[in-house]
Amino acid sequence: MAEVTMTVNGKTVTKSVKGNTLMTEFLRDELRLTGTHVGCDTSQCGACNIHVDGKLVKACTMFAGEADGARIATIEGQADADGTLNAIQAAFQEYHGLQCGFCTPGMVMAAAALLKDNPKPSEAEVRHHLEGNICRCTGYHNIVRAILAASGQDVPAVAAE
Amino acid sequence: MYSFDFARPTSVADAVAALGQEDAQALSGGQTLIPTLKQRLASPSVLVSLSAIADLKGVSAEGGTLSIGAGTTHATVAAEAGAYPALAELAGQIGDPAVRNRGTIGGSIANNDPSACYPAAALGSGATIVTNSREIAADDYFQGMFTTALEEGEIITAVRFPIPEKAAYIKFQQPASRFALVGVYVSKGAGGVRVAVTGASNDGVFRWSEAEAALAGDFSAGAVEGLAAPSGADMISDLHGSGDYRAHLVKVLTKRAVAKANG
Repeated sequence: MAEVTMTVNGKTVTKSVKGNTLMTEFLRDELRLTGTHVGCDTSQCGACNIHVDGKLVKACTMFAGEADGARIATIEGQADADGTLNAIQAAFQEYHGLQCGFCTPGMVMAAAALLKDNPKPSEAEVRHHLEGNICRCTGYHNIVRAILAASGQDVPAVAAE
Repeated sequence: MYSFDFARPTSVADAVAALGQEDAQALSGGQTLIPTLKQRLASPSVLVSLSAIADLKGVSAEGGTLSIGAGTTHATVAAEAGAYPALAELAGQIGDPAVRNRGTIGGSIANNDPSACYPAAALGSGATIVTNSREIAADDYFQGMFTTALEEGEIITAVRFPIPEKAAYIKFQQPASRFALVGVYVSKGAGGVRVAVTGASNDGVFRWSEAEAALAGDFSAGAVEGLAAPSGADMISDLHGSGDYRAHLVKVLTKRAVAKANG
């Protein structure tokens, strides 16, 4: 066991963890932040996406020990404290960017990372950025539309292929 | 996963010392190693994370050489290796955005996956692999699938690329994994013409010497046209493509890479 200290959604946390504790396990089991989903657990699906020092990372493919001293953001920190959705979350709701919702936390975290670096992405850039996120319900069109809407751009009525 | 201890040294010397323990394993970005550990295909006693060693990070260009710290992520290389555009472009096409934020050049080159992109860039550029104890020419470094010249406990600290006059990488992407089904890296510089192929051979990355000879006198896609594709007999053959198909792709992608390098 080793002690790790990090800030998670602005709060400093210190915990003892085993060497093989993954970030998904640390967030879900130790901190009870279960919004970070475990889809494939093989770094393909992106449901576990979080931000580590502002960068998009798959939490299933990083050890808690590697996050010592890091600044972590998860889906739980995206809405305001009073539950008001942020622009991306609100756009996902408005544009029906989710069906079962399992992939949604990872999609929202991926979108947030994209819009931070590229505030007005093209549709192609949005699709390219979502390469590491799998959704089995929506066919992606409404997710792409939601992200374009969240960036303040016009949204095509039917997203182009 | 089996259980193991976790160490996170902050200097190369401390990391080398930690790796001296029995069954110790170095961890860089972990984008290959962590899935491997989950499948219980490895059981180290201690995992030595290299991610807190500041000396292993960064990109710098000086006097026609681009030097990249082994712990530099693909995303950082894509953003900061502008002095060598073909290499920056290659880095930006590895995996997906989240993978590029963790995976490192040193990790990729130490692992030497037969379908990885960086080995093609290193061999195709005539790069030098710098470790904690020596410098190894790429031609001597890659020794077969998942096999390199690294000794037990030896750590890559940097990779130095001579910046060629022209270079390009074309990868035929396996769409599920985004690894190269076949990838070809060509360069033309002070060291002559190099053509390095990844994803195709059971022996890992290799130089296609017939194409290099043909391109030495005439660096054009047409110079490759008359060549027979390399033999598919001992190439990787799996559900994604037969050995003959991969061999065919080697020639096609070499032509495209040369055309792209000539821009």
